[in-house]
Amino acid sequence: MMDILNALIILGNYIIIPALTYGSQLALGALGVTLIYGILRFSNFAHTELMAFGTTITIFLTWALQNAGVSIAPLPTALIALPFGILATVTLVLATDHLTFRHYRKVKAKPLTFMIVSIGLMFFIGGLVRLIIGSKDQIFSDGARFIFSARAFKKFTGFDEGLALKTSQGITIIITIIAVTALFAFLNRTRIGTAMRAYSDNENLALLSGINPERVVMITWMLTAVLATLAGVLYGLDKSFKPFIYMQLLLPIFASAIVGGLGSPLGAIAGGYLIAFSEVAITFAYKKFFGYLLPDALAPESLWQILNTEYKFAVSFVILVIVLLIRPQGIFKGKSI
Amino acid sequence: MYLDGKDITGGYGGSDIIEAMNLSVDQGETVVIVGPNGCGKSTSMKALFGMLQIRTGQVSLAGADITHLSPQDRVQKGMGFVPQTQNIFGGMTVAENLEMGAFIRDDSDIAATIEEVLELFPVLRQKYRQAAGELSGGQRQQVAVGRALMTRPKVLLLDEPSAGVSPQVMDELFDRIIDITATGIAVLMVEQNARQALEIADRGYVLVGGRNRFHDTGAALLADAEVRKSFLGG
Repeated sequence: MMDILNALIILGNYIIIPALTYGSQLALGALGVTLIYGILRFSNFAHTELMAFGTTITIFLTWALQNAGVSIAPLPTALIALPFGILATVTLVLATDHLTFRHYRKVKAKPLTFMIVSIGLMFFIGGLVRLIIGSKDQIFSDGARFIFSARAFKKFTGFDEGLALKTSQGITIIITIIAVTALFAFLNRTRIGTAMRAYSDNENLALLSGINPERVVMITWMLTAVLATLAGVLYGLDKSFKPFIYMQLLLPIFASAIVGGLGSPLGAIAGGYLIAFSEVAITFAYKKFFGYLLPDALAPESLWQILNTEYKFAVSFVILVIVLLIRPQGIFKGKSI
Repeated sequence: MYLDGKDITGGYGGSDIIEAMNLSVDQGETVVIVGPNGCGKSTSMKALFGMLQIRTGQVSLAGADITHLSPQDRVQKGMGFVPQTQNIFGGMTVAENLEMGAFIRDDSDIAATIEEVLELFPVLRQKYRQAAGELSGGQRQQVAVGRALMTRPKVLLLDEPSAGVSPQVMDELFDRIIDITATGIAVLMVEQNARQALEIADRGYVLVGGRNRFHDTGAALLADAEVRKSFLGG
C-alpha cells in the first residue's frame, strides 16, 4: 500500500504538477494563436515573440522594482511588473497591426499573405527583444521558491517520496484559471465578446448586423497580447527567460492550438494540456516509479524512459501529425470561436 | 415608392449582369421577383442593397439618394437583408443570433423586439438556447428572418427564403411574411417557387436576361397566359 502511494507521489511530483504547469503555459499561448486564427483567419507566427517581448518588458520593470527595494514576498516581484508588460505588448500589437495587417485587410489579401507578414514580424520582434535584453538566459523570479517543498512534504506526511509545489507552479495554475474564466466570461457574456464570436462565425452576416470589424480586430489583438504576456512571464518565472527557448515554443503552442482545433478556445486549452502531459510523460524516466510497484526481482535496471528529454519537441510534432491524419479539424471542431 | 431602384445597370466586375432595371417596393407591400435561373434575380436585389457595382441608375430610400451607400450604412438607414445561404450564426444560440441582429441599436427596447420575433416564430421560443446551426432548415430560415427583423427595418429584402425547405414549411414561412408586411414593412423577395410567391405578392416582377420583362400585380401575373406558359409551367 505504502509502495503504491509512493509511486503515485512520484507521478504527482514529476509528471502531474510539472505538466499541469507547462500545459497551462501552453494553453495560454495557444489561446492567443487560436483567437487570431478565429477572427483574423491566419496563423500568427509572431506569437511566441510577443510572449518574449512582454516578458522582456516585465523583466526590466521587475529589476527596476527590485533595485528600488519593492517586494511582495513571498510572491515574485514580477507580478507587479506584469500589468505594465501587458500594456507594452498591447501597444506593440496595436502598432504593428496598424502599420502592417490593417493594410492587407484593406486590400483583402489572402490568409497566406497575412501569415507571411506575421513571419516578418516574428523576425522583427525577435530582433527587438534580443536588442533590448540580449540572447542570454535571464532569471528574474524572486520571493519564496516553494509553496511546500519535497522535504516539508516528507516530514509532514512521513512518505519516502516528496511532493513539491513551486511558487511559480502555483501562480501559473491560479493565473491560468483566472485568465481563462475571464476570457470565457468576456466571449460569452459581454456584447462585444458575443460580437467577436459572431464575426468569427459568419463575417458577412456580422457586417450586415452592423458589427464594426476594425473594433473586433482591435479587441482580439488586445486579448491576444494579454494572453501572450501572461504565458511568457509565467513560463519565464517557472523556468527562465531565454529568447531562443521562447522561439522554440512556437511548435508546442501551434501543436496545442491545432490539436485542439484552430479557432476553438476550449480546444486550445485541451490541446495545451494534452501536449504538455504527453511531452512530460513520454520523456519521464519510470525506473523509480516501477521500482515501487514491481517486486524486487523484476525491478527495472535501466531508466525506463520512452524518449530522451532532448526529443521532447518530437512529441508535439508526432501528436500534431497523428491528429492531422486522423482528425484534421482537431479535437474540438475548429474554425470559429 | 419607399425603396426605388431606377434604370440600374451594373455587375460584379467587367460585364453587366443587369441592365436598365427598375424595381420598387412600398411600405406595407410584398413584392416578388421571379424569373428563370440566371436571369439576375438575386443580383438585382443585391443592387438595391449596395452589394453590386452600379454603373448607371439610382437607388433611393424614402426619397433620399442611397446609390453610393455601403450595405452597412443601408442597414443603419433601415434596410434589412436576409442572404440566401449562410444567413445565421450557426455556432451561436438563437438568442445570440437575435441579440447580434440588434447590434446597431443602442436603445434598451431590444427585449421587446425579441418578444415580437418570438411571437411571430413561436417555435424559436422552444429552441431559444439552442445553437442555430443545429435547427431544421425551416427553423434556420426563421432565425435568419428574425435576425434581420431585430434592427426594426422599414424594408426587408429576402433572397430565396424558401430555398431548401419543404412545401409545408414554405407555406408557413410565406404566411409569416404576409404577417411581416402587415406591420407596415416593405418586403421584397426573390423566389424560385414563382407560383406560390406570386400568390402572396401584391406586385411581381418577372426578369429575363437581366432585364425587366413583366411587371404587374401578383394576381394579374398569375392570370397572364404568357407568364403562365413561359415561367409558371402552364
